[in-house]
Amino acid sequence: MRAAFIGGVYSNWLALEETLRDARRRGAEAVYCLGDLGAFGPHPDRSIEILRAASVPTVQGNYDDAVGNDRPDCGCGYTDPRDNHYARISYAYTQEKTSSLHKPWLASLPTRSALDLDGTRALLVHGSPREQNEFLWETATPDHLLEQLCGDADVLLCTHTGLHWQRRLPSGKRVVNVGALGRPANDGRTCVWYALLDTAAEEPFRFIPIDYDHLRLAREMREEKLPEEFALTILTGWWTTCLEILPAKERLRGRF
Amino acid sequence: MTGLVQLRSRGPEVRFRWLDALWIQVTGTLCNIACLHCFISCGPKADQVPMMSVEEVERALRDGRGAGMRQVYFTGGEPFLHPQLQSLTRAALQSAPLTIVTNGILIDDEAVRWIAEESRASIYSLDLRVSLDGMTAAQNDPVRGRGTFAQIVEALQRLGRAGLSPVVTVVEHDKGLAGAESRAQFLQFVGGLGIRQPRVKFLPLLRIGREERRTHGYQERNAELAAQLTPEVAGSLLCASGRVVTAQGVYTCPILIEHADARLGTRLEQTLHPIHLGWDACQTCVFDGLRCNT
Repeated sequence: MRAAFIGGVYSNWLALEETLRDARRRGAEAVYCLGDLGAFGPHPDRSIEILRAASVPTVQGNYDDAVGNDRPDCGCGYTDPRDNHYARISYAYTQEKTSSLHKPWLASLPTRSALDLDGTRALLVHGSPREQNEFLWETATPDHLLEQLCGDADVLLCTHTGLHWQRRLPSGKRVVNVGALGRPANDGRTCVWYALLDTAAEEPFRFIPIDYDHLRLAREMREEKLPEEFALTILTGWWTTCLEILPAKERLRGRF
Repeated sequence: MTGLVQLRSRGPEVRFRWLDALWIQVTGTLCNIACLHCFISCGPKADQVPMMSVEEVERALRDGRGAGMRQVYFTGGEPFLHPQLQSLTRAALQSAPLTIVTNGILIDDEAVRWIAEESRASIYSLDLRVSLDGMTAAQNDPVRGRGTFAQIVEALQRLGRAGLSPVVTVVEHDKGLAGAESRAQFLQFVGGLGIRQPRVKFLPLLRIGREERRTHGYQERNAELAAQLTPEVAGSLLCASGRVVTAQGVYTCPILIEHADARLGTRLEQTLHPIHLGWDACQTCVFDGLRCNT
């Protein structure tokens, strides 16, 4: 069985379209989305409409909960004033530009989903099973905690950090952070990433880079008067905002 | 004192969520300097909370793993006074990400070498939090001690040359350190020391310990505190997801280790329950938004 797992769309409708095409080309029988459809990028309705038209099963992210329920902030979980400054700009734009037709759908999304993938029990969440906006970073989440968070599942799939990684735990369970389609992985490359499962492969999950028309996305972001820092991230592949939340190792891998 | 002490019943309750941060007071109150704004009166002769043995720290780490801790903090006093700090660092990094909270003064070339080595060898992040309370000696030294500015700056430059990016923590002891503009200036200043990705965390003053004598303590604001304590605020407090282990037992948070009634038990598993905000310093966490995590 092959299936694609995507997350952190952040209104990058161009990357989303390209990812759905790519997953089909690679023989994915299903695509699952782990939430945060809006934020950061332009025209939030476009991504929602693409996902809904393709009937992609979607787990609710903190952004979907916030926009869908008209909450006062995005609930991203940042603690530094600089991170929160850009989070506020992004949220105000997304909240205003998301059609009221879509908000009840965002509010109604499930916060978790359990799947049987050819006998493998998978648990899909946005942040973590215990908190929608918990950051599970590769270098800041210990094995013993991940074992606990997996519960009965063989595989825990999550997103929220924007950076993809996977780890096989001492018990044999696996945790896969599927990364984000919404912005590059702070590695100086403009592509974005999703996770592809092939249950017949020795290493069942691999990460797929997606090239898309990032120049057009940056142009649209500028036309929408989103912060120039956001467009620069799309154009350079380096994060320019929301950096203070990064653990030491992840921060040192980036430019800023 | 071996058993549980009577818990404070006054003040609103804070539910314990889970163990995000395990603080370990590796050097107790022993410090190489005696800052005038120190909230636990640490210093070169301060032995009211003793240094922890390697066995005590390892037991805390085991207990923390059992409780599902997410990250470890080594604090004091000054952690670099612990003669086995490198092996303790390695032990912690085998289990979880680690932050060492330090004044930086003892970070010489040899310390930088092993910090970089332990950081590279672990899959988990090793962070350093270095305290610096001003962009000039005139701003920093009156609270941290004469000559400390130059020593701390030298340590930061050394860390920067090794490609490390410590978090510089700044206590807002001076009006010139508050506000977005001074924050931006501080970031620029730290970047100017050769740290490629400058990180700065500002912390409000805690008006207990030596700081209470330097300026003043708190006024009674219990009613306001209860009103301010929404579920969101309560859930974000350190005491909702952290505990500190010392040589004298486990306390609600690292700020309160000199308060006998903040001692919750001898072992971590006894202490993972709700507490009541009954201490003056709780005002700083609730009203000023102090969060000790990195």
